[in-house]
Amino acid sequence: MSGGTRLENANPVIFQRSLERLLTASEADEDVHDPIDDREIFDLIRSINDPEHPLSLEELNVVEQVRVKVNDAESTVSVEFTPTIPHCSMATLIGLSIKVKLLRSLPDRFKIDVHITPGTHASEEAVNKQLADKERVAAALENSSLLEVVNQCLSIRSI
Amino acid sequence: MAAGSTALQSLVEEFVSGLQDSKAKDTATAVKDGQFSVLQLVEALGLSLTSSQPHTRARGVQLLSEVLQECYGNLTEREVEVLIAFYENRLKDHYVVTPPVLQGLKALTRCTALPTGSAVSMLRSLFQDVHVQSLMLAERSCVYSMLINLMETREAELKGLGADFVFGFVQSMDGERDPRNLLLAFQIAQNIINRGYDLGKFTEELFEVTSCYFPIDFTPPPNDPHGITKEQLIQALRAVLAGTPKFAEFLLPLLIEKLDSDVQSAKLDSLQTLTASVSQYERKDLAEFLEGLWVSLRREVFQTSSEKIESAGLAALTALTSCLSRSVLNSDSEDSLSTFLDVVLKDCKHHLCEPDLKLVWPSAKLLQAACSASNRASHIIAASAMPSLIEQYNTRTQCSHRRTLLEVVQRFIQSVKTSQSPGNEESVFLAFRQSLCSMVFSALSETNSSLQITATSVLTSLAQQAGLLLDSDIELAVDHLTRLLLTEEDDRVSLAVVECAGTLAELHPAAFTTKLIPRLKKEMFSEPMEQGDNSSTASELHSRHAVRQQCLSALAAISIQPSVVQESTPVLLEVLSSAHTGSVGFSVEEVVLACRSLQRIAEQVQDTEEAGRCFHDVIILRLLSLALQAALQGEGSSGRHSPLVEEVVLSAIVPVISTSCSRLQPMFAGQTASRAVSLFLDGDVSFLPDNSFPSNIQLLKKQQGDSWTQSQMVCLLMGCVCSLPRSVEVPQIDQLLSQLEEMSCSCSHPLSYTSAAKCFAALVNKRSQGDSLDSFIQRTMKRVCSELDSPSSPVRVQAFTLMIWVAKALLLRYHPLSTALTDKLFSLLDDADLGPMAAEGFSLLMSDSVDVLNRACHADVRIMYRQRFFSENSAKLVQGFNAAPQEKKSNYLKALSNIVNKLPKQVQVTELPALLSLLLEALSCPDQGVQLSTLSCLEPVLIDPPPALIQQLEALVSRLLALVGSPAMNVRIASLRCIHALSRFPVHEILPFRARVLRALAQPLDDKKRLVRREAVQARGEWFLLGSPGGR
Repeated sequence: MSGGTRLENANPVIFQRSLERLLTASEADEDVHDPIDDREIFDLIRSINDPEHPLSLEELNVVEQVRVKVNDAESTVSVEFTPTIPHCSMATLIGLSIKVKLLRSLPDRFKIDVHITPGTHASEEAVNKQLADKERVAAALENSSLLEVVNQCLSIRSI
Repeated sequence: MAAGSTALQSLVEEFVSGLQDSKAKDTATAVKDGQFSVLQLVEALGLSLTSSQPHTRARGVQLLSEVLQECYGNLTEREVEVLIAFYENRLKDHYVVTPPVLQGLKALTRCTALPTGSAVSMLRSLFQDVHVQSLMLAERSCVYSMLINLMETREAELKGLGADFVFGFVQSMDGERDPRNLLLAFQIAQNIINRGYDLGKFTEELFEVTSCYFPIDFTPPPNDPHGITKEQLIQALRAVLAGTPKFAEFLLPLLIEKLDSDVQSAKLDSLQTLTASVSQYERKDLAEFLEGLWVSLRREVFQTSSEKIESAGLAALTALTSCLSRSVLNSDSEDSLSTFLDVVLKDCKHHLCEPDLKLVWPSAKLLQAACSASNRASHIIAASAMPSLIEQYNTRTQCSHRRTLLEVVQRFIQSVKTSQSPGNEESVFLAFRQSLCSMVFSALSETNSSLQITATSVLTSLAQQAGLLLDSDIELAVDHLTRLLLTEEDDRVSLAVVECAGTLAELHPAAFTTKLIPRLKKEMFSEPMEQGDNSSTASELHSRHAVRQQCLSALAAISIQPSVVQESTPVLLEVLSSAHTGSVGFSVEEVVLACRSLQRIAEQVQDTEEAGRCFHDVIILRLLSLALQAALQGEGSSGRHSPLVEEVVLSAIVPVISTSCSRLQPMFAGQTASRAVSLFLDGDVSFLPDNSFPSNIQLLKKQQGDSWTQSQMVCLLMGCVCSLPRSVEVPQIDQLLSQLEEMSCSCSHPLSYTSAAKCFAALVNKRSQGDSLDSFIQRTMKRVCSELDSPSSPVRVQAFTLMIWVAKALLLRYHPLSTALTDKLFSLLDDADLGPMAAEGFSLLMSDSVDVLNRACHADVRIMYRQRFFSENSAKLVQGFNAAPQEKKSNYLKALSNIVNKLPKQVQVTELPALLSLLLEALSCPDQGVQLSTLSCLEPVLIDPPPALIQQLEALVSRLLALVGSPAMNVRIASLRCIHALSRFPVHEILPFRARVLRALAQPLDDKKRLVRREAVQARGEWFLLGSPGGR
């Protein structure tokens, strides 16, 4: 982000952030079981920082609630994300950040599937394959410089 | 004399050859006492000073210098002259002699008797014979101190040295590395610049020798005893670099270069230094660097990821623009301000046409920063940017685009507000008034709620521009606001509308009194069309309630000006009286809301006599009269209840009365006090309006049967007399107090006896010190204690209530008798029935009460009474805890957490070590209430953990992790928050727990409650980042 380097997409379209989830009476009720729903998963990933801009993935419309599907009973999660431009070199990194965030935030029982929204990226298949491969994800996280960037994306931004 | 000289000789000997350092002190004392003169000392030193051994000479000079440091004040001009000549000569001596010589010279620079010319000669020898940077740290510091001393006292002489002085200084500090000395050197440089020393041809040298430290990068060593911070150095250096326009040609390129750096702190420092420097510059200093500066600033604001850098960049642009605006135009030069702003506009304006792209906001902020710099700048920018914004707004159709544009417009209006000069210049936006108004009104008519909310804030900003809006605009605005108030269903919009109405009404009251208030009144009092016909459905009832709620809060919001208050309060009072008579059906909730509105008005109305009279003559009396009517009516007929006998309504009326009483002018306050007392003691109703009351009213006496409608009126007495200023005398106070005591100990109605106890306590708190007060309190205490000590007494709870309130009243004013009462409270923690109540009682003692005994009610509240109470009693609590039987221990823990919770953070941190074991015990106490309140008092402490806590980390972590599995969801949430806070501890302390915490937090990720999962996710995420690259 230093002065000299140019960004790939210096002036992206900005989308509005959705409001905080409203607290319902049943959520405050001790005895009711709240299932994990789409919105809850979306809340987990919407505030992930973009690796380039001081903006969240939600503000760049990289993640949207309609592209998040969860089935609590069957323990599956599927997230589609949309890179801002078809040649975005950060796509793998963004996918990895989403995946890591979900791995850290969801119970073990979930099978987590993160992939690119069909037809929105030039090397869609390659990226999807990388993200689906457990061993490659694990290997990527062994790489400390990669882990550093992922952790920065997952940090709460300090001003 | 001979004995004296021998003594001196031996002192010298012991110091010089015996190397006993303490003898210097003795010699100095002897010289100060007049036993020897400095001259005698020099004579005695003779041999040592002429010794062939450099170390002996150094030792000799050292003795002389140390003595001079003590007694430089007693020297005569002649002596100083000789000493200086001697020292100057010694500078040429062997290098081991130099340190004590410098010490001596430093002492001499502090002499008031310094002869003319000696400062100059001292410095000449110094610069000539000493190479400062090859000296040790302490000697270099000596040199800087000499310069500082001389600059304070001999400014004219030093200036006589001309540029040589600057050159000498530059040579001395060139290469300095110690932060302590740098602070001194920067101070000298700042003096040189600010006090007009001649820089001669050494301007660039002085700049180079200081600017080489920019940007400061300094991390103080751990346990630094000198306490020098990076910030101090930054400020000191900035004062030098930004101190003079002569540095501009060197500084600006340096700043442009450093702005390119990758280090965030360097960027920030550069931007702040730029802002500081241009305040002294003129156009010509800036001219050739303007373009480069603008490119860097634009880049920083467009691309930064840090808000600090963004705001520093914007501040720098404002400073640049205002510097250009200051310069005087002459006919042949170009107008540099408009040239510069043209460039800014060219780079930024087109981004305003893309309201959904990222750069719209950075561009808008840059333009607004320039706009806020000066009146001329705001005219230039507004003239260029506003038409295109307005046109954009009119052609765009998407609500989100229009909202962004409106927000940009609002920021423009606000940025001008801050810069507007006090003169009667017409508003920058006058030319756009028409289009801005139609823009706002069209947005208010939209259905998109966020567009409407933004429009209300634009409207507020427009109204705050003096002289911009016409009366007709205001009237139109009031129409729009009224429509939204009565029809809007979105809470956020309603809130924004009410807020906007409040601001507008303060600035333009007339339109609100003539149009809005009558309309609101009509709406509130309109009954459904068909009375008797039960066709009104639940939803209609609901919406009618919502409209009334809106009207009530709007009436409160607009009532700031007394003229508005005089129109709005009668409407609110009419709501109460119609509710009482039943002529219009208002629900209890609506009546309470009306009281809240009155309370808000009482808080916010401007403090004028007009307003005071309105409250004193009308509102308080009407409220008393209505409540009394309701109380008496409840007695008689068995028909409908007036809502004014409901506890919630009365409790809402009390703060109206007490707030207005606390703000009354002294004359009115005294009258209110005597009226209230005569009503409650003597049944005097003559001053009340609508007077049709019977003459035998006895409000404070025990009523027949269990009737409480009259006895609960005592809470209104509390409102009237407990919040008056302490200077106001309450008549018949002894009689009043004894009746209140009687009531609070005998009545069985909770509101009545609690109010009586509070009223009693509040009066006791304000009563002047003395024997009569003491004996009075003792009598009450005796009565209370006897009730409490008999377990079968039917009024134990009442006695307890009175005790706790009186204890609070006395504790607040540091009355010595408070200890007896609080000790009683401690002993009650073991009581079978009252134990839990006593534990809760501590929270009442320690917290601010809302209606009485607080500062707003003019109560006698000493500062830090909580700390005092805590430090006097914490030992008792620990002792009691250890002695208590197992089943009573939880009362002690609850009492402890109630007390600690209310202590200020600093005290918590210092007291924590003593209490930590008890708090940890409390975490493993099975009572969920105790767990919860302990967790809530731990959480803030964890943010900045004291060392004691870090030592107990193991115990803390295992207890917190155990609570994560608690059956109570609140406990799970609170413990997860604490675990989250633990992740901020020093990394090396908590890293050993990482794996364990991560494993334990996997479980709550699958909690059945979403709120628990949310906390678990946040805490686990932070713990994952610990010790991981890019994390913490």
